Amino acid sequence: MQLKNILKVAWKSILKSRMRSLLTALGIIIGVAAVVVMVAIGDGAQKQVEDQIASLGSNMIIIFPGSVNQGGVRGGFGSINRFTLDDVQRIKDNATLIKAVTPIVRANSQVIGGTGNWFTQVLGVSPEYPEIRSWPVASGEFFTERDVISRAKVCVLGQEVVNQLFPDDDPIGQQIRIRNVPFKVIGVLTEKGQSAMGTNSDDIILAPATTVLDRLLGGRYISFIQASAVSNDQIQQAQEQLRQIMRDAHKLTQGEEDDFTVRNQADISEAATETSRILTILLASVAGVSLVVGGIGIMNIMLVSVTERTREIGIRLSIGARASDILIQFLTEATVLSLTGGLIGILLSFAVTYILNNYTGQAALIRPEIIIMAVGFAGAIGIFFGFYPARKAANLNPIDALRYE
Amino acid sequence: MNKNIINIFNLGKVYKIGEVEVHALRSVSLSIDEGEFVAIMGASGSGKSTLMNLLGCLDKPTTGEYYLDGVNTSKLTKNQYADIRNQKIGFVFQGFNLLPRTTALENVELPLMYDRINKIKNPLERAVEALERVGLKDRIHHMPNQLSGGQQQRVAIARALVNSPSILLADEPTGNLDSKTSVEVFSVFQKLNEEGITIILVTHERDFANFAKRIVELRDGKIVRDYMISKRLNAEEELEKLKKEIVEEV
Ligand SMILES: Nc1ncnc2c1ncn2[C@@H]1O[C@H](COP(=O)(O)OP(=O)(O)OP(=O)(O)O)[C@@H](O)[C@H]1O
Ligand SMILES: [Mg+2]
Repeated sequence: MQLKNILKVAWKSILKSRMRSLLTALGIIIGVAAVVVMVAIGDGAQKQVEDQIASLGSNMIIIFPGSVNQGGVRGGFGSINRFTLDDVQRIKDNATLIKAVTPIVRANSQVIGGTGNWFTQVLGVSPEYPEIRSWPVASGEFFTERDVISRAKVCVLGQEVVNQLFPDDDPIGQQIRIRNVPFKVIGVLTEKGQSAMGTNSDDIILAPATTVLDRLLGGRYISFIQASAVSNDQIQQAQEQLRQIMRDAHKLTQGEEDDFTVRNQADISEAATETSRILTILLASVAGVSLVVGGIGIMNIMLVSVTERTREIGIRLSIGARASDILIQFLTEATVLSLTGGLIGILLSFAVTYILNNYTGQAALIRPEIIIMAVGFAGAIGIFFGFYPARKAANLNPIDALRYE
Repeated sequence: MNKNIINIFNLGKVYKIGEVEVHALRSVSLSIDEGEFVAIMGASGSGKSTLMNLLGCLDKPTTGEYYLDGVNTSKLTKNQYADIRNQKIGFVFQGFNLLPRTTALENVELPLMYDRINKIKNPLERAVEALERVGLKDRIHHMPNQLSGGQQQRVAIARALVNSPSILLADEPTGNLDSKTSVEVFSVFQKLNEEGITIILVTHERDFANFAKRIVELRDGKIVRDYMISKRLNAEEELEKLKKEIVEEV
């Protein structure tokens, strides 16, 4: 039979029992849509992570207390030597390949001011922080070295905090209370959006590290150090230089392991994208299972169809169809059914991602390769699961098929 | 002397159902020439359908040999068997066996779709022509369930004819039809036979068998009589008589 006729026959018999065909294809439709949407969400997340990490600032290096080998970068207690502002000063004085450096002191707190209160991330940093993060102030100004020395009670707000506490007013010059300590708002940061970890970067208050340590926490340990290399080419050397300075500072002798970890932006982005890639694969495999289940549905219906149409098969054989003609006919039917399901599934996934992207915070991203893969996979499922019923039909003896009741 | 088309020697068919063996045909030999019109008769269970299925290459014999158009069919592969059914044989069943929800025209076209050697170049025209030959020109787009039994059987005959087969086989083609419609169908067969087509059919009714030229009688899987009909009936004339009777009754 000619291909045109084969397709026509397949299409006709699919249309003959519309409802059943639709229900059968539904498995594939949902399966394909699920795979495409899941992968799109994963891909979107991955792209966001990449973008965010790129926006962390160029040439960025992070130094954590604790060695990776000791298991975990944030252990921070016991034998681990934590960082102080002295460490930062030492880097500032000695590291020739470092352009800027800042301590990071975390002090997440309830903040009162303006129209209400708000729980946010409070970071103690140095005046070099905006340069390292490529994150300038939008209005007002950032605090200075003098504020750091004087432990001034000044702060700079992220946009989200402004939205929460000062929806209508200009916050600059206003007072806010962090852990009951009054701070004067001297600047507002530009808007940055979502962070690599999926949180809102703008939900932040920056204050001098000295002020945060002395007046809010009452301690001397900082969380970690961020620095910026003079150039991208010299990031490796800068890292090595930092390592030596920290080893000297912590008085480590030859043979002793580092009690801290130095990471650059590339390392971090690699780890983060790896995580989201694994997530994508995980999501896709879960969705893939539903696709396989859809394929089994096709096999089930094709088996029923072969039994139901035994007489038709007998008629076709009796007028000279070869076994291969029957095989191809049923295989084509299964494939057309699953491919059509696949195409509808793609359309459905477009609709779902559109809704997700417009009505939720997702940024799902459908890559063309995924569409081709999903449709190809749907077709393959049709062939795979259609083969057994098709062969069953083809192997019938004409006279037995005609006599079948 | 006409060309020989069918030659069977000692053809036997044994059906096995578990331990039980049913000898449906026992050593049947028969020779049929081009242009013949043979009616096969016999009691129920005498092996008529079994013989027809073997002649139609729908089934393989247990023993014996079957030459169709000079070709020994027992040596053929499954695919060659299918091709013979397509090219050389037209088969008409008692139950019509049309594809449901498929128009008369598409049903008749069906054998041409499986025509691998492209014997027929213009399938659509051929199908229309075949339907014309059985007198259904004005019904080509009807579905089987929109046709009477006699019309359905004529569609089936058109389908059997469309590939210009060497023989037309029909197993009780009028078994499901009333007598007037049956005579109509027989008149189609007679017309086709006059046009040169070799026909072998099975019938239970002696009256209908007399429309043929030769009768072969089976009993218990064996041929018991094989003779030419001396007083052959013409279906067209019988049809006229039937019509008159109806008019007189009214
Ligand atoms: N598929 C089969 N399996 C087993 N036995 C069969 C089969 N087909 C036919 N038979 C047996 O073979 C014998 C001949 O059957 P066949 O159908 O040829 O008879 P027939 O002459 O066509 O009868 P009828 O006039 O009733 O159609 C019967 O005894 C029947 O029971
Ligand atoms: Mg019979």
